[in-house]
Amino acid sequence: MLSLENLQVYYGAIHAIKGISITIPKGKVVTLIGANGAGKSTVLRAISGLAKPRSGRIVYNQAEITGWPPENVVRQGIALAPEGRRILPHLTVFENLQLGAYSRSDKAGIAEDIDKVNGLFPRLQERAQQKGGTLSGGEQQMLAVARALMSRPQVLMLDEPSLGLAPKLVAEVFEIIRAINAQGCTVLLVEQNAFTALRIADYAYVLEVGTIVLEGEGEALLHDERVRAAYLGG
Amino acid sequence: MTSSMFVQHFLNALTLGSLYALIAIGYTMVYGILRLINFAHGEIFMLGAYFVFWGVVLLHLPWPVAVLGAILITALTGVLVDRVAYRPLREAPRISALISSIGVSFFLQNLAVVVFSAIPRQVYRPEWLTKVMIVGKVRVLPLTLFVPALSLVLMLGSIYIVYKTKPGLGMRAIAKDIETSRLMGVPVNRIISLTFGLGSALAAASGIMWALRYPQLQPIMGVIPGFKAFIAAVLGGIGSIGGAVVGGVLLGFVEIMLVAFMPELAGFRDAFAFVLLIVILLFRPTGLFGERLEDKV
Repeated sequence: MLSLENLQVYYGAIHAIKGISITIPKGKVVTLIGANGAGKSTVLRAISGLAKPRSGRIVYNQAEITGWPPENVVRQGIALAPEGRRILPHLTVFENLQLGAYSRSDKAGIAEDIDKVNGLFPRLQERAQQKGGTLSGGEQQMLAVARALMSRPQVLMLDEPSLGLAPKLVAEVFEIIRAINAQGCTVLLVEQNAFTALRIADYAYVLEVGTIVLEGEGEALLHDERVRAAYLGG
Repeated sequence: MTSSMFVQHFLNALTLGSLYALIAIGYTMVYGILRLINFAHGEIFMLGAYFVFWGVVLLHLPWPVAVLGAILITALTGVLVDRVAYRPLREAPRISALISSIGVSFFLQNLAVVVFSAIPRQVYRPEWLTKVMIVGKVRVLPLTLFVPALSLVLMLGSIYIVYKTKPGLGMRAIAKDIETSRLMGVPVNRIISLTFGLGSALAAASGIMWALRYPQLQPIMGVIPGFKAFIAAVLGGIGSIGGAVVGGVLLGFVEIMLVAFMPELAGFRDAFAFVLLIVILLFRPTGLFGERLEDKV
């Protein structure tokens, strides 16, 4: 459904992504794990159009979308819940959700999806008229995921959804990711929390300083010696 | 002071304040989104007034048609200024766009000298706005009722657009976080164009009404009202639309009432606007309704 072919991305003089190829099959959960600074977020930024690749291709549904502006990428059905959540603090929860649906103009469908995410995240419904900035970290993360869902994506990309959350909340967030995937949404998950990510992933890539060093099925990598040594604490 | 005189001063103050407020909204909206002080905004105000003059005198259009046409063309001019002078500098340091706006300001003033000439022009004023009515013992210029009323409608309209419509949601999102807004599908350049268009339309309306109140057109007529409205926007807290309205009306009242109660200070009228600005900024650096200023990440 979505594939990267020999993608290279530079940040100024820094060679952030050094030619990686990744395939995300329809309906699967694919995860990209690796240490801080490995380039995981850059991959997501390149797909969503926030970073321009130097070379290589991004192919989505048989069409090349390399270098497309973000507003077009989201319109095609690829949504990103960005690193650090990026909730708009001065807008209400409801307005944040409406913003997530900015690429759409089907009013009835948007209303339907607001009900749907409120079902997934009942706490957001309670706080609908509250400003985004007043939410707790966990609630903000839920809002970030809900907001990304409001574009009715075919591919949902999540950047570090577990960051800064208590273990109980991490489990809750991953449970929701699993549920979203079960409804047919393809998921590309970037995580430092390798253990949790590998457990829900169908397929996984390990990124180290801009290069894929290892790939395989989630379950298999979970038991891989090299992964255990590097990311799972032995 | 007799009460009838007070009513007249009150209406004059409200009129002047409304005119400042309309200009101030344009400053504050552009600042809110781009962190740019658009120093060419006073010239946009001037163009609005001149376009009406053109429509009436050269094209022989009926006055209401000329007014609507002028507002539309001025709005497009504002959008064009952004396209030509600010958009190419979007990624440049903020000071570059600021300097560019000062350049646009001088350019438009001089263009007006070339196109309209520097000779002050008399404007056409519909009689129903300028024929003094006697209400009880008060002499009322219909203009001083019309200007605040129309301004109020325009302000409420702008507030509606910003807070109740989808493009307005886009504006408020861009003001805080351009990157995330783009991720959500907000067409940033289109929203910025809309902001310039809306701000310029309000400035044009203000310029047109200003020319009715003080009926003389000059290419530099936008300079002082532009500065005053900028003060009003800063007073109210730049970035806040409500603040711009309150700042504008407040400034109008301070100026008119100062001269009304202390006629001997009339010559210092402009200076008082700046003194008021300095005093408020000393005690409230972000203005009356401003949010805490923080640099965008």
